[in-house]
Amino acid sequence: MSCSRMESKILGYVDGRLKEGERLEMEKHLSTCGACQLRVNEFRSVHALLDELPMIEPSAAFDLRVRARVAAEPAKQSWWAWFTPSPRVAFAASMLLLATVWVGRYSMSDPPQIDQADIPVLENYDVISSFEPLTELSQAEPADNADQQSQDM
Amino acid sequence: MARSDVQLMLDVKAGDEQSFALLLHRYRRPLVNFLYRMVRNREQAEDLAQEVFLRVYRAREDYVPSAKFTTWLFRIATNLALNSVRDNRYQRMEISLDAPVTADAEDGDEKTLDVAEKHPNIEQHLVEDVQRKMIRHAIEKLPEKQRAAVLLHKYQELDYGEISKILDCSESALKSLLFRAYETLRVELAPLVAQRARQ
Ligand SMILES: [Zn+2]
Repeated sequence: MSCSRMESKILGYVDGRLKEGERLEMEKHLSTCGACQLRVNEFRSVHALLDELPMIEPSAAFDLRVRARVAAEPAKQSWWAWFTPSPRVAFAASMLLLATVWVGRYSMSDPPQIDQADIPVLENYDVISSFEPLTELSQAEPADNADQQSQDM
Repeated sequence: MARSDVQLMLDVKAGDEQSFALLLHRYRRPLVNFLYRMVRNREQAEDLAQEVFLRVYRAREDYVPSAKFTTWLFRIATNLALNSVRDNRYQRMEISLDAPVTADAEDGDEKTLDVAEKHPNIEQHLVEDVQRKMIRHAIEKLPEKQRAAVLLHKYQELDYGEISKILDCSESALKSLLFRAYETLRVELAPLVAQRARQ
């Protein structure tokens, strides 16, 4: 291997990042080439000299500044927004629940009168009467159903 | 067990602000030091490091762990640093037309408090101080891309693949960049290199 081909691998040899094959090849070359051996020693010295530069510490205000800049970012929809809906949405949801319960109780305890004025209610009644949980409640023999299901299984 | 950088970043993505604080804590020092070596001004280095963290935070929703977190982080930092160095040079050219270049105001910044204690001998202290200045100036004189390569290779201990992704070049281009940088440093620091070789 020629010296010029070794050049790109000298630093890798110095910092120990060469692959095993490359390292052996380098060592074979170094054993016969004083110029490359000198370069290796010098690169090793440079590498070590760079260790002498001390690190600086970030200033005390650094973290605070980062946090302030992050806090100043326009807020995006964050994940917990899903669990803490706005008051309007919460109000609407609770009203819907109340209405559902009230309509359900009304339709079971008091079968609707046929009344021309109540056509929208009748439409609702059709939906509610075919709604499975409610129809199950009106069935006479829930115990038999349960037995049948367990036999089927 | 400590969570990996990628896991922390995925937690940030999921809305966990605490994980962002952990990443900040983990990388504030390496980033500030890297940027300080790049732009040669402490205040500007901190400002750029803040900008890096801000960009990480902004990008959290789109974060996909396709590369190592450090590759991504230092790629942002390197791009900001290179732009800043180029802007600075342009500004300096304008200033130097009007005023003579003054001494580096940053000198002496890095003196650690315990140096005097470790070396009561004031001469030795001065020699080490001069050595450090020589090393710093030698690094500062490198072309900025070579400088970035040396800093990432030496101080961040990133592998060649990562550094070449950060610098947006091939691995062989990176190796030649590093070789040229070390050649320059070897010449610039010749007295120190020779001294060390004798030890
Ligand atoms: Zn040779």
